[in-house]
Amino acid sequence: MSVLVDEDTRVVVQGITGGEGKFHTEQMLDYGTNVVAGAVPGKGGQEVAGVPVYDTVDKAAREEDANAAVVFVPPAFAGDACFEALDAPVDLVVTITEGIPTQDMSKVYRKLQETDTHLVGPNCPGVITPGVAKLGILPGNIFSEGNVGFVSRSGTLTYQVVDSLTERGIGQTTAIGIGGDPIIGTDFIDALELFENDPDTHAVVMCGEIGGEDEEEAAQYIAANMDTPVVGFIAGRTAPPGKRMGHAGAIVSGSGTGTAQSKIDALENAGTPVGDTPEEVADHVEDIL
Amino acid sequence: MKLHEYQAKRVFADAGIPTPDAKLAETVDEAVAAADDIGYPVAIKAQVQVGGRGKAGGIELVDDAAEAREAAENILGMDLKGYHVDRVLVEEAVDFTNELYVGVTMDRGEGEPVAMVSTRGGVNIEEVAAEDPDAIAREHVDPAFGMHPYQARKAVYDAGVDREVANDVAGVLSTLYDLWEDKDGADAEINPLMVTADDEVIAADAVMNIDGDALFRQPELAEMQEDAAEDDLEAKANDYGFDYVRLDGNVGIIGNGAGLVMTTLDLVDHYGGEPANFLDIGGGAKAERVTNALDMVFSDENVDAVVFNIFGGITRGDEVAQGINEALEAFDEIPKRVVVRLAGTNAEEGMEILNTDLVTVEKTLEDAVQRAVQYAEEDSA
Repeated sequence: MSVLVDEDTRVVVQGITGGEGKFHTEQMLDYGTNVVAGAVPGKGGQEVAGVPVYDTVDKAAREEDANAAVVFVPPAFAGDACFEALDAPVDLVVTITEGIPTQDMSKVYRKLQETDTHLVGPNCPGVITPGVAKLGILPGNIFSEGNVGFVSRSGTLTYQVVDSLTERGIGQTTAIGIGGDPIIGTDFIDALELFENDPDTHAVVMCGEIGGEDEEEAAQYIAANMDTPVVGFIAGRTAPPGKRMGHAGAIVSGSGTGTAQSKIDALENAGTPVGDTPEEVADHVEDIL
Repeated sequence: MKLHEYQAKRVFADAGIPTPDAKLAETVDEAVAAADDIGYPVAIKAQVQVGGRGKAGGIELVDDAAEAREAAENILGMDLKGYHVDRVLVEEAVDFTNELYVGVTMDRGEGEPVAMVSTRGGVNIEEVAAEDPDAIAREHVDPAFGMHPYQARKAVYDAGVDREVANDVAGVLSTLYDLWEDKDGADAEINPLMVTADDEVIAADAVMNIDGDALFRQPELAEMQEDAAEDDLEAKANDYGFDYVRLDGNVGIIGNGAGLVMTTLDLVDHYGGEPANFLDIGGGAKAERVTNALDMVFSDENVDAVVFNIFGGITRGDEVAQGINEALEAFDEIPKRVVVRLAGTNAEEGMEILNTDLVTVEKTLEDAVQRAVQYAEEDSA
């Protein structure tokens, strides 16, 4: 089994006529994803990679039974694109776009609370159920089918740790890149809850990083609500306080929380082993399985 | 993007928030003339984007022209926490009876804006927040509707602001919220908001951070942007458009994706080395970007060895390898040893074209980091 994405996921790609949208639509199709439509205002009637394009997500969803959207729309219009997907409505929106203004995402987040839709991202690599479908830009070849759920704030770190798992024959049920922005849709706790309720997920790997308190809150959730074992990894142990390390979210305020150490301590106190290196994460998962 | 105090005050004043009479000066003579014009006492304030300017000697209160000259001479040209002071704000000194704090920011945990008021203004508000969180009244705002006037009043009364000035403070907070929203603020703060004996309120300081991702729709603010780099290397990184942070160690680190680059730093530390920098070349990097990245780390005289770690998704290993070859072939003698690890999209193609006479290739991240740490130790010895 899997979470968020399965055989029945029918995808509309917003921004399919752009360079990234087109390239990754082809990649998603190659992986076996049911990409059933594209949506680009003014481009209705065209075709991209054999996929019909509609002017609106609403029409794409109605004509092609789409139930998920992937957003490759440029940052200035991506907030609006998220609203369009939420209003269609679809069950899952995966927003790849990086650099969406925070106030736009705040409004999207507000709207999201009134819907049953899962929104993943923005600024994320996407969601993949290995062997079934991928929504986003993740390189499919490093993933393998198995029983470990995977959730991460960082794209390339996802690839690194998943690669360590796959190399040892440890496959994944679903991998979710939740993104590193200050305001995101699906957070660690949402993802952990999905994996906890998935009988085929026997362990979860959670990769966090400095900044914010999401990992500390996830640790509390793990301690209180999870039977499925979790293994953690935290990036940014050597980050100096107050410096912005790439992601907007990755800034340590110096207030004692949000540091790598406070996150590691919180997870370990919740009974979650934390690997010092990606290889150590794989060691812990091997021990559990 | 952070505005200077004088810029933020101009934005606040244009919106109707009372600010002290003030002038910007670039020379000592200009500063004294401005002070004479405004009338004593005045404050002379260094315009650099660091906190704690007062404690660091960057703000002086003066009573006459002689003192103004001395203060301007002290402050102009000084090095304040690594920043060169080339301008001062000469500002009417406000005689106050009370100092308040008002601010608006994004509560990332809640995903919505929050307005804040405290009667504990004039001090480090982060310390107040940590020690006595109840001393700050907080009002969350629905971003779809903006802040209702009653919410501003509620925050002000919850904070215990004196009845005589409550309406005016609520008005300032409402204006501040609207500005924050209109200008795509990340943070907007007034600390202190001074209350005078006549029950007037005046913004004695002004902080405005703009969301860098929204500058495309804030052209007037984007024009105000000034280079705030701490040193030449960070300025260079800004020119190249890299996410770069300089650190104290001697192992240069280049990679793609913030999480992976941070992990590479952590592994250098784990294996006994010391990271010299954080450098994220971002997604989809082409050859030229790779060349620029190597130029960055080679320019850092502290660097003794470099680890180049790429896990390609969007980024293609062959493009990166091409960039590494081109960059290194341009040197008669390569200044530091470079260890390369390529994985992911087109990594095999990259490995094939990578010129192994110029770099050391390692297959795993762990091996690459350990090799670079070893090289750095050898070369610094």
